[in-house]
Amino acid sequence: MSSIHIKLKDKDCQTIKEICESFNNDPGELINILHKAQEHFGYLPAEVQETIAQNLNISVAKVYGVVTFYSFFSMTPKGKHPISVCTGTACYVRGAEKVLEELKKELKISVGETTPDGKFSLSCLRCVGACGLAPVVMIGDKTYGRVAPEDVKKIIEEYNS
Amino acid sequence: MSLINIKINGKELQVEEGTTILQAAKKVGIEIPTLCYMNLHDLNIEHNPGGCRICVVEVEGRRNLAPSCVTKVWEGMSVKTHTMRVLNARRTVMELILSDHPFECLTCAKNGNCDLQKLAQDLGVREIHYQGEQSTYKEDKSPAIIRDMDKCIMCRRCETMCNDVQTCGVLSGINRGFTAVVAPAFEQDLIKSPCTFCGQCVAVCPTGALTERDYTNRVIRALADPTKTVIVQTAPAVRVALGEEFGLPAGTIVTGKMVAALRRLGFDKVYDTDFAADLTIMEEGTEFLDRLSRYLNGDKNVKLPILTSCCPGWVNFFEYNFPDMRDIPSTAKSPQQMFGAIAKTYLAEKLGVKRENLVVVSVMPCLAKKYEAEREEFRVDGNPDVDFSISTRELAHLIKQTIGDIKDLPDEDFDKLMGESTGAGVIFGNTGGVIEAACRTAYEIYTGKTLEKVEFHQLRGFESVRSAVVDFDGLKLNIGIAHGLGNARKLLECIRNGECEFHAIEIMACPGGCIGGGGQPLHHGNTEILKARAAAIYKEDEGKALRKSHENPEIIKLYEEFLGKPSSEKAHHLLHTKYFDKKKRIYIEK
Ligand code: SF4
Ligand code: SF4
Ligand code: FES
Repeated sequence: MSSIHIKLKDKDCQTIKEICESFNNDPGELINILHKAQEHFGYLPAEVQETIAQNLNISVAKVYGVVTFYSFFSMTPKGKHPISVCTGTACYVRGAEKVLEELKKELKISVGETTPDGKFSLSCLRCVGACGLAPVVMIGDKTYGRVAPEDVKKIIEEYNS
Repeated sequence: MSLINIKINGKELQVEEGTTILQAAKKVGIEIPTLCYMNLHDLNIEHNPGGCRICVVEVEGRRNLAPSCVTKVWEGMSVKTHTMRVLNARRTVMELILSDHPFECLTCAKNGNCDLQKLAQDLGVREIHYQGEQSTYKEDKSPAIIRDMDKCIMCRRCETMCNDVQTCGVLSGINRGFTAVVAPAFEQDLIKSPCTFCGQCVAVCPTGALTERDYTNRVIRALADPTKTVIVQTAPAVRVALGEEFGLPAGTIVTGKMVAALRRLGFDKVYDTDFAADLTIMEEGTEFLDRLSRYLNGDKNVKLPILTSCCPGWVNFFEYNFPDMRDIPSTAKSPQQMFGAIAKTYLAEKLGVKRENLVVVSVMPCLAKKYEAEREEFRVDGNPDVDFSISTRELAHLIKQTIGDIKDLPDEDFDKLMGESTGAGVIFGNTGGVIEAACRTAYEIYTGKTLEKVEFHQLRGFESVRSAVVDFDGLKLNIGIAHGLGNARKLLECIRNGECEFHAIEIMACPGGCIGGGGQPLHHGNTEILKARAAAIYKEDEGKALRKSHENPEIIKLYEEFLGKPSSEKAHHLLHTKYFDKKKRIYIEK
């Protein structure tokens, strides 16, 4: 999993400490602690994982093991405009895969990553319930229906201007 | 505990409640193949994740096959271990494992010594009926250990060793499904992790996923270079294990044949690390007595216990995990590095060779010594005191590649100047040995009397954390001993909390001490092998004319001609080191 590096401020360390304490520093609560930390920071950079490990007195490797096991956890911050491609059955059948490939090419990132300028991140979603519009791409709160690979460039441009 | 009646392959037997099918079968001499399972019972190490399913058996009345390593017996159970159905299932499991395994057997470091290869052979796998994606991970090459995770079968034995036994917390299972693998945090290289290079993960890995960094090619290159004088030192634990690589029973002492083999390999001089072990006792023992007498005189600045420092895996461990306590271990270098430092000064002069033309090779039961040899502080102008450290296994490979075997070689002696050693130097190879060696010398210096019996039996044994009292003529010394880093951690925490009072403590990173080192012939989970090696070490000690380090004539000469006396300024400069706070190193680079 690729990650970015940050420097934690004292305030951040304090927040992590408090989260851990609210679970009695119990390593058995690691998943819940990671949840809370991700809620607060938006993602789980290495430094946050290390600080959690320290507070719970467990190895960083163990924490990282859990973070990488659950796809819910992310080590990169979401972009300013998070892009989600629906890969539910209907969208998939109607060419979501090709749209996704085009997005990857256009943004030069893979799924789960964020562009270096922090503008876009890319993820996949299971059915968003708009099967009539398949294939569906969401950017932030906005939904794009019947997206064809050729449309990708234009859609991205909307956010680049 | 109540006894339970069961039947295995028609044979009736009684076993204790809680026994697994695998254990029960073993009792009646029925072998069931295993892969992920590992049991080092004398060391209290057990690992049965029940993951690989190679050990399945048929249990009457049960629809599915049962993994025998985790299934407990019940009253009236009837088991069949080798039915057609079982054999088919095992072969299928093996084919599935192999479908994501690189077929590199011919060039693999574990070729001929690999549990997976042996099992595939035993199961008669001739064809893989499954085709799937092959994993590709980047190879991680540290100075001591190579991780080639394409060969990992996810038995997770290494994880148990690293986390539960050694408490180093370096390795963890990460990701899931196809990309699942064992790795350090953030998939960093080992060198950036708090890995102590103890090598215990390598010692138990059933495949070629974890192996030692092999330096035999560089040694061959040095041997072939006519401008170089190449000398070798051999650690105590090597001579009682090397024979295993050539089919000799565990515990065979091959000291003389090993020396002969090294000479035939072309080493200009063959010396003994046991000599340097005696030197270590002189320095460490003097330091101990100095600290002890100041302590007894009420000097508040001096700290006890003193901890031994001859195990580089252990040194790494406290630098990473207990840097706040790094002032209590002895400052004495390990025997490997003492040898190197003396070889490249005293010996180089005697041999009339320039430092840069003298190549020091060490044969060690240990992988941490490879890392130790590369440490910055053990170099002079970039030239290392020890050039290459190879393991017992690598020496065996080197011999097989060149002269073939050792069995028919004559017994030869080490060369003079740094080849003489006492029984005290030999027992460094066993847990409890360093502190026993130290006691032999410290006792005589402290009391001025001659020891009637040189053995300190109370310091011997396999128990993971031990304590014993040694009587220095009325002065009762509390000695602590731990082998395995998890046990070391227990002792250190106890000292830090002020809960236990020891005068001196010996710590060895590997279970059993150096005889169980990460560079030794693989024991494949058989602790009888370790016990046989330990017994051989004590036998070698008994057979020595001299058994106390301070009586070693070459050591006496070294002090007379070169160092002055133990702990002199020159001795300090060459034979002592300092330790660093490396805690920060475990944090990801900013
Ligand atoms: S060498 Fe020791 S510390 Fe390093 S990963 Fe292996 S078991 Fe862990
Ligand atoms: S590296 Fe070796 S010991 Fe560790 S899980 Fe993989 S195969 Fe097992
Ligand atoms: S040996 Fe029993 S499941 Fe692996």
